[in-house]
Amino acid sequence: MSGVLVTTTINGDAVQFACPEEETLLDALRDRVGLLGVKEGCGTGDCGACSITLDGRLVCSCLVLAAEAEGREVTTVEGLVEGGKLHPLQENFISHAALQCGICTPGFLVAAKSLLDRNPDPTETEIRYALAGNLCRCTGYDKIVRAVQSAAKEMRAAKPA
Amino acid sequence: MKHDNSYTGQDFKVIGTRVKRPDGIDKVTGRARYGADASLPGQLVGRILRSPHAHARIKSIDISKAEALQGVKAVVTADDMPVPQGLPGDLAHMLENSMARGRALYDGHAVAAVAAIDAKTARKALQLIEVDYEPLPHVTDVDAAMQPDAPVIHDWIYTSGVDPKPEKPSNVVQRTEFGLGDIDAGFAEADVVVERSYKTEATHQGYIEPHACLANIRPDGSGELWVTTQGPFVYRNVCAQMLGMDIAKLKVTSSEIGGGFGGKTHVWGEPVALALSRKANRPVKLVMTRDEVFRASGPTSSTSMDIKLGATRDGKLVAARAEMRYGNGAFPGIWGMLSCMTSFACYEIANCKAIGYDVVLNRPKVAAYRAPSAPMAAFGVESAMDELAAAISMDPVEFRLKNASREGGQSHYGPVWGPIGIRATLEAVRDHPHMKAPLGPNQGRGMACGFWFNIGGQTCSDLNVGIDGTVTLTVGTVDVGGSRASLGLIAAEELGIAYEQVSVNIGDTGSLGHNDMTEGSRGTFSSGMAAIFAARNTIEVLRERAAKMWGIPVEDVTWEAGQAVAKGSAHGNLKPLTLKDIAAKSPKTGGPIAGHNEVVADGAGVSFASHICDIEVDPETGATKVLRYTVVQDAGKAIHPDYVEGQFQGGAAQGIGWALNEEYIYGKDGRLQNPGFLDYRMPVCSDLPFIDTKILEIPNPGHPYGVRGVGETSIVPPLAAIGNALSNAVGVRMHHVPMSPPRILKALREAEREAC
Repeated sequence: MSGVLVTTTINGDAVQFACPEEETLLDALRDRVGLLGVKEGCGTGDCGACSITLDGRLVCSCLVLAAEAEGREVTTVEGLVEGGKLHPLQENFISHAALQCGICTPGFLVAAKSLLDRNPDPTETEIRYALAGNLCRCTGYDKIVRAVQSAAKEMRAAKPA
Repeated sequence: MKHDNSYTGQDFKVIGTRVKRPDGIDKVTGRARYGADASLPGQLVGRILRSPHAHARIKSIDISKAEALQGVKAVVTADDMPVPQGLPGDLAHMLENSMARGRALYDGHAVAAVAAIDAKTARKALQLIEVDYEPLPHVTDVDAAMQPDAPVIHDWIYTSGVDPKPEKPSNVVQRTEFGLGDIDAGFAEADVVVERSYKTEATHQGYIEPHACLANIRPDGSGELWVTTQGPFVYRNVCAQMLGMDIAKLKVTSSEIGGGFGGKTHVWGEPVALALSRKANRPVKLVMTRDEVFRASGPTSSTSMDIKLGATRDGKLVAARAEMRYGNGAFPGIWGMLSCMTSFACYEIANCKAIGYDVVLNRPKVAAYRAPSAPMAAFGVESAMDELAAAISMDPVEFRLKNASREGGQSHYGPVWGPIGIRATLEAVRDHPHMKAPLGPNQGRGMACGFWFNIGGQTCSDLNVGIDGTVTLTVGTVDVGGSRASLGLIAAEELGIAYEQVSVNIGDTGSLGHNDMTEGSRGTFSSGMAAIFAARNTIEVLRERAAKMWGIPVEDVTWEAGQAVAKGSAHGNLKPLTLKDIAAKSPKTGGPIAGHNEVVADGAGVSFASHICDIEVDPETGATKVLRYTVVQDAGKAIHPDYVEGQFQGGAAQGIGWALNEEYIYGKDGRLQNPGFLDYRMPVCSDLPFIDTKILEIPNPGHPYGVRGVGETSIVPPLAAIGNALSNAVGVRMHHVPMSPPRILKALREAEREAC
């Protein structure tokens, strides 16, 4: 059986795993690295439940081969907690009831963080388009958008001018 | 069952507050474990082979090559899943739906399955299974399936509910009828009659988490199942009976559930996973792909309807008739019957008749989807209501108000109405600022009403007091959207303690008695009721313990604001005992302190909603954009308003998707052409505006706090509300859902031609 050895950085940690060449990064993260916060909703890049960032760029991990993570930096929802503290997006998703079943939540959080990293003061429309690659079937997105707006506001206020 | 309603309208302390859900942190950090997130030592990967034919006889299945492949530990077909003696008919259908038995009945029907050491080997093994099919004539359209020359799918279906009893089998399972009065006399009274035909296409619940389970059958025949489900107790009963197991020997644990909306009330691959585990003698994890979810797990009915309404010039609805034909997929259901029962519930109509037909098709077996069957019937009735209002030049809200069902009135499907909210929701709509907001070109406003029954059912809960005075409430209804928070609030309210002192635990089938599923908007209603009674039961125990600690009669002890208080002048020097005080002494006063309740939660209050929406149509493309949306619904009592609003918003969004885009598209070959999220287009964030909500609270006398279920009604009005808005925006009346761009464009072009 052939395979590849992948050396990569995941949520700041150096990680090494071996996998078949055709394995997706989604499967490797879940089955080999144990990061079960990365969810599979479709496997075709349509639902965003497996969203991660790869060298800071938002991608669907189901559309990336695990081997492509070689030498790069991966961030998953598990990497959002810093110093034992929830990220403002995580806090606001809870306080705004922005999740019902919660299966899409990890992907939304990663996508929303990616947006706020690029654009700390997005309009409602910018938020809606930035999150359009993530499907949520429970909420109608109302409380998700409000949670992102609130987190963005808090983050701007916390940032020294 | 009579309840003490003294709490209704009381001054609640924590009920109605917007506390944080206890499972929130796990769900925002990726720690919550869903169906696909469990594992067991030595587990195998299960995969299912599915029919590529809409209808075919299975002449033979050769599994020898697959079995011989290295790494394959089990291959199963229907031969490995025999029908246990005495299995009830509906379960036999579910079993056959899980694994085809001699015939594949739809594109996607399971025909065999494998368990192998990894996914790659399992996929390879599926390719080595040789199935010899003889394609048979198929039918996927509900009207075509009712024709005398249609291919008959089951030779054992003889239409029930018709007289005389048919001599030949057909695809029509049953005819049902509900109504009041004399419709011929009613229509004779009418000044204006509107008669229209409508069609709606099938949609899928669209939960983001595919079906997933981990089955583990041990060599002694006992087993366990970890599964994403709306009802672990029902899954246990159903799976055990299908597999010929003792119910007590199968423990089912519900994972966190990544959406269900009715689709996870029904077993699909779970019996197959159990059969694979039994044969391989290893744990087997089975996770559906999205393609499988679409092709083989329950969508809604596709429907065809004729609606006829009659009114007098002064706006009184005097007669109504509906004939509704509902596809059931490959096995019999009750979907047409439900459409009858919901169709005219919003209105008081002296003469009405609703007729439903349930029809089998070569499509996947239909499952419940949020207020099942009601949205389609409401599309027809509420569209016709708007046309009728226009025909008598009456405002559509006023017309509905004039005819709205009222307390004490006779519903068309049986019950006499108790206190209900239809009139209040309509008045709120009439007075809402949304109704007066200006509209631009190609924009239009529509409104529509909706009804759903809500159910109660079998429920039980345990409330255990820890030695430190904290409380664990265990319930048997799965938390699909924040019910842990609501139930924690209820326990805290009853005990008079802080919400933070309560933990809510979802029990597995080994930890509680039977609970019906989280369906029919019953989760917070019924488990809330069981939690109230379990807490009151606990208070009895706490009073006894306090009496023992004080050495006074229990009759002298009351429970007030979270403490035992000694009543009477003789006990004036006794300081109240808190829950914490009593709990600390519990080892010496009789051991663990707990309360329990087992109940059939009767008294579910029906639910009504009225929705308003503004849309804009692009006349060049036929694309429709929702500009503004308002949901008004009666919640009885909102335990946690955030999650009530969330139900309103989520249901509306699903209804909007149904109205505008979502549909199962079948080719002439009877195969589903769009089994993926790219081609089955659900609303995304940029498709929708904020969805405004208004919660009305008309207490349900059947619940100690006045609670009504809130989960489902919100999906009922959007189809018609959008159809009505479209008509107001661009002057075309749509009779076919979804009102997708091509259909709207076609209607616009036809209207232009007629105008020339």
